[in-house]
Amino acid sequence: MDPGLLAQHVFNGLMLGVIYALVAVGFTLFFGVMDVIKFSHGDVVMLGAFTALAVAAGLTGMGVTSHPLMLLGMLVVALGLMAVVGALLARLLVLPLRGAPAINVLLITLMAGTVIREGVRLFYPQGSNPKPFPRLLPGGTVEIGSFTLRHDSAILFVIGVAAIVGVHLTLARTRLGLAIRAVAQDPETASAMGIPFTATVLATFAIGSALAALAGVVNGLYYSEISFNLGLLLGAIGFSAAVVGGLGNVYGAILGGFLFAALQTIGAVALPFASAYKDVFAFAAVIVLMALRPAGLLAERSAERV
Amino acid sequence: MKSASLSVALIIALAGLPVQAKDTVRIAFIGPLTGGVSANGLGGRNSADLAVRLRNADAKTPYTYELVVLDDECKPNVGVQVATKAAADNGIVAGVTHYCSTVAMAAVEVYRKFGLPVVVWGAVLPDITYASDYKEVHRVNGTMINQNEAAARFMTGLKFKRWAVIHDTTDYGKGHNKYFSEDLAKSGGQILGTFGVTADQQDFSAELTKIKELKPEVIYFAGLTPIGVRIRSQMDKLGVKAVFQGTSGIVSDAFIEGLGPLAEGVVAFREGAPAEKLPGGRVFLDAYTKQKYPDDPEAYGPFAFAATTLVMDAIDKVGPDRKKVRAELNRTRDYDSIVGKITFDDHRQNAVPLITKFVVQDGKWLVWEDSDYASGKRALVKK
Repeated sequence: MDPGLLAQHVFNGLMLGVIYALVAVGFTLFFGVMDVIKFSHGDVVMLGAFTALAVAAGLTGMGVTSHPLMLLGMLVVALGLMAVVGALLARLLVLPLRGAPAINVLLITLMAGTVIREGVRLFYPQGSNPKPFPRLLPGGTVEIGSFTLRHDSAILFVIGVAAIVGVHLTLARTRLGLAIRAVAQDPETASAMGIPFTATVLATFAIGSALAALAGVVNGLYYSEISFNLGLLLGAIGFSAAVVGGLGNVYGAILGGFLFAALQTIGAVALPFASAYKDVFAFAAVIVLMALRPAGLLAERSAERV
Repeated sequence: MKSASLSVALIIALAGLPVQAKDTVRIAFIGPLTGGVSANGLGGRNSADLAVRLRNADAKTPYTYELVVLDDECKPNVGVQVATKAAADNGIVAGVTHYCSTVAMAAVEVYRKFGLPVVVWGAVLPDITYASDYKEVHRVNGTMINQNEAAARFMTGLKFKRWAVIHDTTDYGKGHNKYFSEDLAKSGGQILGTFGVTADQQDFSAELTKIKELKPEVIYFAGLTPIGVRIRSQMDKLGVKAVFQGTSGIVSDAFIEGLGPLAEGVVAFREGAPAEKLPGGRVFLDAYTKQKYPDDPEAYGPFAFAATTLVMDAIDKVGPDRKKVRAELNRTRDYDSIVGKITFDDHRQNAVPLITKFVVQDGKWLVWEDSDYASGKRALVKK
């Protein structure tokens, strides 16, 4: 294959991987502290993207034309609001069910996701239609042979990687990170040591949901289009990535995200059947991996959860 | 004057004057009211609703009509459920049903089994009427056979030679792919590669990168608006420079809204004329506007309106009896409607000879002949 095209495929896959990893990290953080699967996560991604879109429309209405300013406003509001939404979901739906069977949390968040999704569809103006997402990043391209690298795609890639590194540093180097790790490891002992359990859980859900909002905005800027049901498949993929990487392990989720993107790209490019089967291929490969390593690629070690 | 009487009827309806008590007859409307193609379903629903309102406002009609609206979500399993719900309800005399071909294919069996006469208002797969011979199933809009024949002839006429095909893997996309590929071979065009994609796919970068390698002049897309928007937008991201040619599934305002300036120069084909050029199009659009529906009628609204009117005319004539209504609908010949004359062939398919070519110019679907592209002021391929 032409090296330019190969580079194109690799970059396409990496870009997908960043988005998947951002979503997967949320799943794994929530599982780490609460041992729950929060299935509304994909819809929080979507809600974050729509929040950013609404902010963009509002700022345009107020006469703001500066793209960096708009982008900053969108990110601040979308990430901030989704952090609040995530904390609220945790406070209202997840924490009260502590001690109930895990399936209850799974169901209640699944339903919350449906409420969010249908709410956006019904209450956002013309919410059923695909929405154009403003192009706020410089749109120039670098052409190297048949490899087209757009400036905006490159910037988005850097933003995504920076966010992932940020999460790593937060967990590894800050007091909050230490608290999250402690709660993930053993909530009772952590409480006994004076770590506020509820506050730590809420902070974890806020961080995970802000990442989801970032994934939504990156998704919107990358595809220039969002729709109310974008969280469905993204949620399923993010969850699979987190599971295959090892639920509870942040690095596993990141690895899982990139792995899933690679599988999809290989499924579409290198295999002899119609590209429609790429998701079939990727999910089938995930099933095989699960059978081989039931605890995930980077299994959660009891001493180091999250 | 028909238009005058319609306007009068409308004024009466809006004034809310009481009408004398008449028997109520229920007819079903089924279409996708939620999900990715709901814009088309809501446009169809409103158009059917408009037909019923106009009829009910007319003091001369023997019945009061009630439209039972059901949502098939463009999903075959849901479609069969709601079709069964409508067909099993003996109070429902007839139906105006389906925008999505996959759903219509699954539901025709239900109508057959329960003997509910229906008129399809938007689905274009030929098999809906032609694969079986069910006396219950009629269709006012044309099929994708005519559409693709015209598309292949027109595009090769513009001197395009090399195509890449992206189709969704539903009956709709596969059908279009089949007919277009056959017709294109006859017209001398060449297909370099065919890519089946799922109907809710988000990322097309892998397929489009492969297409970029093939260097086609035109990308033929057989699918519906949501992924059409994504593919066109991602073509731009990956630097794929080809004309984007769609099917009737993307002729919607939502397609342009979703793409903004990138929609410019997209071509697509649909059977029948655009609403404002239809024989009764002006009257329809005026009446529609007066009702202040929140959504546009979209491309197939006029067909839904015509189908509903056709059904009500049949019931007015023979009474609310499924068998009699079916026989009356079967007999339809040279029936005047806002989409032109309706005549059903031996498979109860309306022959819609006219195929309209559309191109997006300055954020609007224009009829090709009225566009700057036809007059040579703009070119599909930028030199």
